[in-house]
Amino acid sequence: MNYRQIIITTIILLLFAISGTALVVYTFDNTRERISANERATLLRKLHQLIPQQQHDNVLLDDTLTIINTPLLGTLEPVTVYRARKAGQPVALVITPVAPDGYSGIIKLLVGINIDGTLNGVRVVAHRETPGLGDAIDEKRSDWIHLFDNRSLQDPPLERWAVRKDGGDFDQLTGATITPRAVVKAVRQTLLYYRDNQDALFAPSAVEQAD
Amino acid sequence: MNDPSYTRILKDGLWMNNPGTVQLLGLCPLLAVTTTAINGLGLGLATTLTLVASNVTVSLIRKLVRPEVRIPVFVLIIASIVTVIELAMNAWLHDLYLILGIFIPLIVTNCAIIGRAESFASRQSVDRALLDGLAMGIGFTLVLVTLGGMRELIGQGTLLAHANLMFGAFGEHLSLTLIDNYRGFLLAILPPGAFLGLGFLIAGINIINARRERKVAIKAVIAGQPAQA
Repeated sequence: MNYRQIIITTIILLLFAISGTALVVYTFDNTRERISANERATLLRKLHQLIPQQQHDNVLLDDTLTIINTPLLGTLEPVTVYRARKAGQPVALVITPVAPDGYSGIIKLLVGINIDGTLNGVRVVAHRETPGLGDAIDEKRSDWIHLFDNRSLQDPPLERWAVRKDGGDFDQLTGATITPRAVVKAVRQTLLYYRDNQDALFAPSAVEQAD
Repeated sequence: MNDPSYTRILKDGLWMNNPGTVQLLGLCPLLAVTTTAINGLGLGLATTLTLVASNVTVSLIRKLVRPEVRIPVFVLIIASIVTVIELAMNAWLHDLYLILGIFIPLIVTNCAIIGRAESFASRQSVDRALLDGLAMGIGFTLVLVTLGGMRELIGQGTLLAHANLMFGAFGEHLSLTLIDNYRGFLLAILPPGAFLGLGFLIAGINIINARRERKVAIKAVIAGQPAQA
């Protein structure tokens, strides 16, 4: 009798485990395609903020390059580059570097660079900076990130690529210096990387093919 | 066990037995997220949805589950529901998901949900469990929005900032900057501000409850619940 109780109880628990898992599996299966389509659309929307649609005629999400082993871009993980071309000619690209020294961890960025080395713009895609202070680097929270629009390594000159507190040309945020300092540094490094590797970055996806 | 009336369930969830200020459940997400009123609203809505779904499910299967394994079963149900909600939102309400997405995994850490499953839904009919989930969820949301609003106002001098993230273009008209050129009061935004804010909120509620009790002394004795925190 006692054994029977135990077995029944076990079976009930098992049934719930199975049905719970089945429910999750079913939902996952039925949402997977929509989710990845959504993610692609969201990514494309972000990229199009940095490379206007009329500027290129290729499929940004398919013309990618994965570069590895680039400490200059702030990460040891592979970094994806999205290239924009018009009639086969390279016009601009978006690099996805990381600012490793944010106030609370890494800050993931999108840096859009024109072929001539001027910035199309910068966006923050993921960060964990203090709400109300450091999170003003997010375009949704303040206009700070637009300070980078149309800048280049000549404007301001390289040695002034820093926040004002460090003698540079970029405003820090009220109550937050570490966050903007990290972002400015990461953008500067990315521009340096672009300057030194421009040709390789636009090479037809032969060097390191993206998945 | 006598069934509580619908009004009683509503009153309990919204005020008398509010999960945030009286039961003090779900403090982890409550304190972490309430830096602005809009953040609070986001977590509140997601929690309400989960609470309603888990309460209804638990109530539906309450006669099937043996007491020895009820807790693991509740955990399974809640975890499955939260995952399904997260996936479904990601697929069909992607823009909302981008805003609320970070809050959804936090809901699993909210003990208010398993608390309601255990102490209410597993003993009550489906309609009462549903109402309880709704009332508790809305009660929790109110606390989140109030605390978020307090911290936002003191910390940054704004109210409902970034409402456009949740309500689209219409939300831009909701955002208020109450104090221009406010230098900000960092403490309110950082975690200690959450504890202080919640402390003042509970103190305020206790004062209101104590006054009420004095006015209607007889009724308060019957309820036996206010000001227990």
